[in-house]
Amino acid sequence: MDLTFSAEEEAFRAEARAWLRAHVPAEPLPSLETEEGFAAHQVWEAELAADRWSVVNWPAAYGGRGAGLVRWLLFEEEYYAAGAPGRVSQNGISLLAPTLFDFGTEEQRARVLPPMASGEVVWAQAWSEPEAGSDLASLTSKAVRTAGGWLLSGQKTWSSRAAFADRAFGLFRSDPDAPRPHQGLTYLMFDLRAPGVTVRPISRLDGRPAFAELFLDEVFVPDEDVIGEPGQGWRIAMSTAGNERGLMLRSPGRFLASADRLRRLWADRGRPEHARDRVADALIGARAYQLFTFAAASRFLEGESIGPESSLNKVFWSEYDIALHETALDLLEADGELADTDWSERYVFSLAGPIYAGTNEIQRDIIAERLLGLPKGRR
Amino acid sequence: MRFLLDAEQRAFAASLDAMLTAADTPSAVRDWSRGEHAGGRALWSRIAEAGVFALAVPEVYEGLGPRPVELAVAFVELGRHAVPGPLVETVTAAALLAGLPDPGPAKRLLPALATGEATATLAWTAPDAPSTPACTAVGAPHSPPPQPYASPPCAPSGGQPYALDGDVATTRLALTPEGLRLSPGHGPVRPSLDPARRLTLLQPGGELLSPDPPTAQALAHARLVTAAQALGVGEALLGKTVAHVRRRTQFGAPIGSFQAVKHRLADARIALEFARPLLFGAALTMAPADVAAAKVIACEAAYATARTALQLHGAIGYTAEYELSLWLTKARALRTAWGSPQACRAEVLDAGRLSGDRRW
Repeated sequence: MDLTFSAEEEAFRAEARAWLRAHVPAEPLPSLETEEGFAAHQVWEAELAADRWSVVNWPAAYGGRGAGLVRWLLFEEEYYAAGAPGRVSQNGISLLAPTLFDFGTEEQRARVLPPMASGEVVWAQAWSEPEAGSDLASLTSKAVRTAGGWLLSGQKTWSSRAAFADRAFGLFRSDPDAPRPHQGLTYLMFDLRAPGVTVRPISRLDGRPAFAELFLDEVFVPDEDVIGEPGQGWRIAMSTAGNERGLMLRSPGRFLASADRLRRLWADRGRPEHARDRVADALIGARAYQLFTFAAASRFLEGESIGPESSLNKVFWSEYDIALHETALDLLEADGELADTDWSERYVFSLAGPIYAGTNEIQRDIIAERLLGLPKGRR
Repeated sequence: MRFLLDAEQRAFAASLDAMLTAADTPSAVRDWSRGEHAGGRALWSRIAEAGVFALAVPEVYEGLGPRPVELAVAFVELGRHAVPGPLVETVTAAALLAGLPDPGPAKRLLPALATGEATATLAWTAPDAPSTPACTAVGAPHSPPPQPYASPPCAPSGGQPYALDGDVATTRLALTPEGLRLSPGHGPVRPSLDPARRLTLLQPGGELLSPDPPTAQALAHARLVTAAQALGVGEALLGKTVAHVRRRTQFGAPIGSFQAVKHRLADARIALEFARPLLFGAALTMAPADVAAAKVIACEAAYATARTALQLHGAIGYTAEYELSLWLTKARALRTAWGSPQACRAEVLDAGRLSGDRRW
């Protein structure tokens, strides 16, 4: 048991801190769920990438620093403590990139990763469909074989960032005759501006177009944009769900910074008694999440896989995030109702946490069945 | 950074678990609750032989410590098996005695605590403890009707702290703002909601061991091992309840296949899994705020698991006879032992930060 960092790790932390102090915009950027804000966040990604801070844990060949998991965690602590902007490329960096590292070809990595790292190409995810949410494997959007590639048709929805993004990745049914729904799915990347794609933005609770519906009508995708073998899409999508991606979707640094902001808000409001326990729980929860992640990272670095335990993680941070922001809005009293504050934007964002990336009900089923060994039953 | 127990620490946990499983600990708990201590004392000797109490005693006093991480490892197992007796108090007494400016009392008392020949209890009066008038005992004849909004409230102990198992402990310590005393004796045993916890008031007076004991250090030890014990209690409750819902069939299916049941157990697992790193993080730093955070979260996780365990066992879980009760009642008692949830949260807020906060 050891929670000390090496001199090299501390030096890395100090370097990140110094860079962020010099570069983080003094004024917050406009919301990334607006056209103007989206563009401003892409400029910020380019600034990060110019000094190799956008994807520190990636190999240098793709724009990273080969920094490894521990340094990535330290970077994230510094990043959010510095009040740096949200990451417009989060979907690509934390969902698509790990899949390409594990299942992509060298050609795909060389083509896709550097412009993702620089923010030049922003990726949206295309998993859910109107009739396939938690039961994702029942999806019906299809990929039909054609000369040199595939034709995609169907409807995807709740596609985060798709209102302004460039490209998307997701699962399509390539073999309608496969014996089980999890079989016959193919993992593909496609251009959101290709002929046959219609993007219809959807306003989330606060009216901002944070996601979109995608209508696909015989959209051509070349073979080079298939990840892994056709028909293996489910296995590919799920295998990265359980490993480091479970760790990297939401870093502890984010919540440590949020808890600190809440503590300051509570102090500024005169340390009201009614919020005392909830503020303490925010501080404690951030530390618990940090230490849980250090333990998981330690195991990962020793070659263990994280597996279904990432479901513990997802339920914890998503519920923690809402509780923290509810406390903040309560502390703000009448001002808690305002829609154009940083706290309210973060609150609205937090509300989606238990729904996306596998609802918390699905996560609890996974915990019960795969970690506790309870029998499968009706959902 | 390597935030994992090493092979030796894991083996230590496994050996304690095996020893306590083989020892028919539940019988010792039942006997202890009735004031029959022979089985519990035998268990105590075996725990001491395994080196548990020595972990709290520095080498100069014939111990192996102080080793808070290993203490936490051990107390998770003691909680898992609901071991009775003043375990936390003995460890806390060791931390207190070892930190006295005058080595005399430590030389005299610590070696026997390390070997298990002596057991200690400790009554701790916080510096800011309110002076509370004693209530008339519940059910006493001719007691006046309770005053629902009387201020200040009364307490059965009159605000005095209880010492756990004062009738068994051979070293009875009273820690007050005036110093640390060796108490001359104890009052009658009062029942706890956890029958295996026997609460006593200590008699005032006795030898003054030190006017200036290391209170904060001792309290950190008490809270750390209470948190560990609670985590073990919670893990045992979860394991027993998972086994029950796999076996118990209703509507033609194991009740553990029902989503309402699964989700309660999943939540229990989440709460326990996030308490564990707080516990071991606190054992590494022993910073009072870190330990307080571990204490409140581990105890709340254990208590929430107890509520789930009771609900999912149904009526059988509500009986004193069924073995589950040994853990159910302990989870409740540990919540307020050595610092209520609100006191622990106040400690965190007063510090304003926990270790791992990069602002410093």
